[in-house]
Amino acid sequence: MLESLLSMEALIALIIGVLTASGVYLALRARTFPVVIGLTLLSYAVNLFLFVTGRLTVGLPPVISDQAAGYADPLPQALVLTAIVISFGMTAFIIMLSLKARAELGTDQVDGRLDGDVAPDEHGAGRGGERG
Amino acid sequence: MNLLFVVLIPFIGAGLAAWVSRFGRLQSAWVAGGVALAALIVLAPSVTAPFLGETLVQRIPWIPALGLDLAFRLDGLGLLFALMILGIGLLIILYARYYLAERDCMGRFYGYLLLFMGSMLGIVLSENLILLLMFWELTSLSSFLLISYWQHREDARTGARMALAVTGLGGLAMLGGFVLLGEMVGSYDLSVVLANGDLIRSDPLYTPMLVLILLGAFTKSAQFPFHFWLPHAMAAPTPVSAYLHSATLVKAGVFLLARLFPALSGTTEWSVLVMGAGLSTLLIGAYFALFKHDLKGLLAYSTISHLGLITLLFGIGTPLAAVAGVFHIINHATFKASLFMAAGIIDHECGTRDMRRINGLWRYMPYTGTLAMVAAAAMAGVPLFNGFLSKEMFFGETVTFSANHSWEWLLPGAVVVAGIFAVAYSLRFIHDVFFNGDPVDLPKTPHEPPRWMKVPVEILVAICLLVGILPAFTVAPLLTVAATGVLQSAPPDYDLAIWHGVNAALIMSVIALVGGILIYAGRRPLFKLATRLEGLLDAKAVFDWILKGLLALAGAVTRTLDSGSLQRMLLVFILCALTLGTIGFLGGGAPLTGDRALLPADAVSLLVTIALITVALWTVILHRRRLTALIVMGALGLLISLIFVKFSAPDLALTQLSVEVVTIVLLLLALYFLPQYSPAESSWPRRIRDIGVAGLAGGGAAALTWSVLTRPYESIADYFLENSVPGGGGGNVVNVILVDFRGFDTLGEISVLALAGLGIYAMLRDLRLPGPACDARGRPWNWDMHPTIMAALTRLLLPLALLVSAFIFLRGHNLPGGGFIAGLVTAIALIMQYLANGVEWTHNRMTSNLHPVIGAGLLIGLLTGLASLVFGYPFLTSAFTHVHWPVVGDFELASAIAFDLGVYLVVVGATLLILVHLGLMHHASHPGEPEPSGANHA
Repeated sequence: MLESLLSMEALIALIIGVLTASGVYLALRARTFPVVIGLTLLSYAVNLFLFVTGRLTVGLPPVISDQAAGYADPLPQALVLTAIVISFGMTAFIIMLSLKARAELGTDQVDGRLDGDVAPDEHGAGRGGERG
Repeated sequence: MNLLFVVLIPFIGAGLAAWVSRFGRLQSAWVAGGVALAALIVLAPSVTAPFLGETLVQRIPWIPALGLDLAFRLDGLGLLFALMILGIGLLIILYARYYLAERDCMGRFYGYLLLFMGSMLGIVLSENLILLLMFWELTSLSSFLLISYWQHREDARTGARMALAVTGLGGLAMLGGFVLLGEMVGSYDLSVVLANGDLIRSDPLYTPMLVLILLGAFTKSAQFPFHFWLPHAMAAPTPVSAYLHSATLVKAGVFLLARLFPALSGTTEWSVLVMGAGLSTLLIGAYFALFKHDLKGLLAYSTISHLGLITLLFGIGTPLAAVAGVFHIINHATFKASLFMAAGIIDHECGTRDMRRINGLWRYMPYTGTLAMVAAAAMAGVPLFNGFLSKEMFFGETVTFSANHSWEWLLPGAVVVAGIFAVAYSLRFIHDVFFNGDPVDLPKTPHEPPRWMKVPVEILVAICLLVGILPAFTVAPLLTVAATGVLQSAPPDYDLAIWHGVNAALIMSVIALVGGILIYAGRRPLFKLATRLEGLLDAKAVFDWILKGLLALAGAVTRTLDSGSLQRMLLVFILCALTLGTIGFLGGGAPLTGDRALLPADAVSLLVTIALITVALWTVILHRRRLTALIVMGALGLLISLIFVKFSAPDLALTQLSVEVVTIVLLLLALYFLPQYSPAESSWPRRIRDIGVAGLAGGGAAALTWSVLTRPYESIADYFLENSVPGGGGGNVVNVILVDFRGFDTLGEISVLALAGLGIYAMLRDLRLPGPACDARGRPWNWDMHPTIMAALTRLLLPLALLVSAFIFLRGHNLPGGGFIAGLVTAIALIMQYLANGVEWTHNRMTSNLHPVIGAGLLIGLLTGLASLVFGYPFLTSAFTHVHWPVVGDFELASAIAFDLGVYLVVVGATLLILVHLGLMHHASHPGEPEPSGANHA
C-alpha cells in the first residue's frame, strides 16, 4: 500500500488532483481575475493529464538515436505541445475579455453586477461614463 | 460526367444571376434563362439513353468510407423530372420577368430560383441516397428563401417558416429512414436498393424505415395531416407558386414514392399508409378548394388534392396504377402551372385575388380567360384535355383495386366524390372569375397582360390540349420510359385512347362532371354550411399550438438553467461532469487500480510534488491578493516544466517554460488595469460548498489519473517512431509529428492562435482604461520606468537571444526545439526590449504592424501544404534531402522546415500582437505622459 502511494504515478495523480481542485475553486469565484487564474490552473492540470496518458517514462526522450534503449510515447507530447500554446492563447483572450468587460460595465464582477462591488478600489469602480 | 454539370450549372448560375443584377434590372432574367438552357443543352446528349433502355450512372468518389459518392443516375423517371424542372423552369423565368414589379430585386429572385432549380435537379438525378437527402434539404432551404421573397410581408415570413419547419422535420425523419435502408442493403446506392426489394420488405425494421421515409415524402408533398403549410406558402410570388407548388417542389415527395416504388411497395403497410394518406388528402383538398375565396388558395388546395390522388395511385401499388401516377404527375404539372400563371396574371391586372371581388373578367381579358378555361377543364377532367386521360386511368384503377378487396364500393365512391368537388372548384375558378356579374371595387382596371407574359401559359395550355387529343403521338414514349424508370422493368400494356367504350371509369367520369355542375349550381347553401364548419379542422392551429408549447418549454428550460450567473452555470456544469463521471465509473465496475508496474518515487520527485502542491494551495489561499497570487502561480509553471523534464519530454519543458514567462508578463500587464485586491464577498457556507465541489473535482481527477496510469495500454506511437526518420526526415519525433504526420492539425492550431491574437487586437483597439496613479499601497509609481542598466543589458542580450531562437528553430527537426519554442523565445526577447526600453523607443526601431507577420506565417504553412498537392502528394506531405555545407557539415533540408517557419511566424506575431497592444494601452493610460501619436492604430 505504502509502496503504491510512494510511486511516481501516485504523485502525478495527487498533483493533477490538487491542480484541478484549486482551479475549480478559483473558477467559481465572483471576480474575473481569480477566474482567469483558476482556468490557467485547470489548463495545467488538463495538459499534465493528457501528457501522462502516454504513461510515465524516465530518461527516454522521443528523439531517435542509436544509443537509446527505448522511447517515450511521442504522440501525447505533440498534442500537449500545441495545447500549451493554445492555452496561452485562451488565457490571453479571456483576460482581455475581462479588461473589456471592466471598461464596458465598470466592474470586474463576472456577471457584470455592480451591487457586488463592496470593496473600494483606487480605480473608481463603477464609472458609468466610460462605457463604449 | 455531364449529369454532375447539369446539377452544378444552376448553382453556379445562381451566383451569377444575383451578381449581374447590378448592371440592370433585366440582366438577371437573361442570365437565368441562359443558365436553364445551358443545363438543358448539357443534359441533351444523355436524353436518348433511357429510351434505349439504359440507366446512366456517373460517379465521383467523395467520402468512400461513409458510402457517400457524388453519384448521379439518369433513367426514365429522372429524365422526365429533369425535363419538367428545366422546361417549366424556363417558362417561369420568362413569366417572372414580366410579373415582378419595378421595386422587386430581380437578382435575388433569380438567384434563389436557380438555387432551387439546382437542388431539385439534384434530387431527381441522385444515385446516392445521402446525396439525394442533401439536395432534398437544399430544396427546403431554397423554397424557404423563395416563399419569403417579399420579406417585408409578415404572411410571407410566417408561411416560409412554417414550410421550412414542416418539410425540414420531414427531411430529418427521412434521413433516419435512409440510414436504416442503407443498413439493410449495405449500400446507399439506389441501384442496389432498387434491386433488393425482397430483402428490404422482409427486414424486421421495414415498418419503422417505411414510416420515416414516408414522413419525408408526405411533408414535402403536403399530404394530410401535413398539408397545411402549402396554402400558407401561397404568400410567395406567383411564379414561385407556379414552379414550386405545382410542378416541382411538392412533386419531390411523390417523386420519392415513385423512385422507391420497386423497393418499398407491395406490402400491407405500404398500402395502408400510402393509400390512407392519399385518399384523405384527395378528399380534404378537394373539399377545401371549393370554399376558398382566394384564387391561389383554391389552387393550393386543389394541388393538395391532386397530390393526394397521385399518392393514392402509388399506394394502390399495381404497375398500371404507377403508370397512371406518373401520367398524372405530367398532366398536373402542365395544367396547374398554367393555372397558377393565369391566377398571377389576374392578380397582376386586378390587384386582388379575392374571387368575391373579381367577377366578369371575360370582357376585359378574353384571351387569358380562354387559356384559363382550357387549363381548368384539364383540371376538372373534361374529355379532350390531358387531365381526363389520367383521371380516367385513376378511376379505372380504383375499380380494379376494389374488385379484389372487400368494401368494394368504398374507394370508387370516395374518389367519385373527390372528382365531383374537383369539377365544382374548376367550374368556380372559371365562372366566378370570368363571368358571374361585374367586378366589385377593383384597385385597377384589368386588361390583357403583355404579350410575352402569356407565352408560357400558351405553351403549357397547348401541351394540355395536344396530350389530351393525341396522347399516343405526344406523351406516350416519354410516359413509357418514365414508367419503366419507376417500375425498373417494362411497364404493362396500357392504352392511351380517349374512347374505351362504356366502362366503369367512364361512368365515374360522367357522374363527376354532372355532380360537379350540380354542386356548383347549388353552392350557396353549401358555402353557408362551410362557413359554419370552418375552423373545425384547422391543422395550422394544431401546428401553432405545438410550436407555442415547444417554445414555452425551451424558454422554461433555459430560464431554469441559465440564471444569467456565470458562477451558477459553472457550478451546474461541474456538478454534471462529476455526476456523469461517477455514474460512468461505478457503472463500469472496473477496479480503481490497474496492474501496470509502478515506478518508485525518488526523493527529488517527492520534494517537487510537495512544492507544487504547496504553491497551488498557496495561490488559492492568497488569491484575493492578486499580485502575490500571480507571482506564486509563476512558480507553478516552472515546477510543471520540471515534471516534463523528468518524464522524457524536453520539448514540452521548453514550451512550458517559455509560455510561462509570456503568460506571467501578460497577466501582470493586465492586472495593472484591474483592482489589486478581490473583495471578500462569498459567505462562509458558500465557500465551504465551493471547497467541497472543488475537492470532489480534484479527487475525481486524481482517481481518473491514477486508474489511467496504472493500466497498461497500446499506442500507435510505434508507427511514428519507426517512420520519423525514413518518412519525415527528422529525429525529433514530437516535432516531426507536429510539422509532418499531423501537420494539418498544426495548421489548424496556428490558425486558432492567429484568430485569438486578432480577436484580442479587435477587443483592445478602442479600449480605454484608466491606469492607477499609484500602486496598491498608495505609493506613487517609480517614474524611472526604464532603468539604464536593464535597458543596456537587454539591448546587448537581444542578438544573443535571437541567435538562441534561430538555433532552437533549426535543430528542432532532430533535437528538442522547433517553431513553437523558437517563436516563443523570439517573442520573449522582443518583449524584453519593450519592457526595458519602453514602447516608443522600440517602435522607432521595429515595425509595430504585426498582422503581416501572422498572415505570412499562415500563408507559408498553407503554401507548403499546397505545394505537395502540386506534386501529386496528399496535402502537407513533406520532402527532404541532405545537403553538405562546407563548414557546417551535413545539413538536412526538409520542406517541413518551411512549415515550421510558418508556425514560428504565427507564434511570434500573435504573442507580440497581444502583449504589445496591452503595452500600448499602458502607455496611453499613464497619467501625465503624452500619448504617442498613432500608437492606438499600431
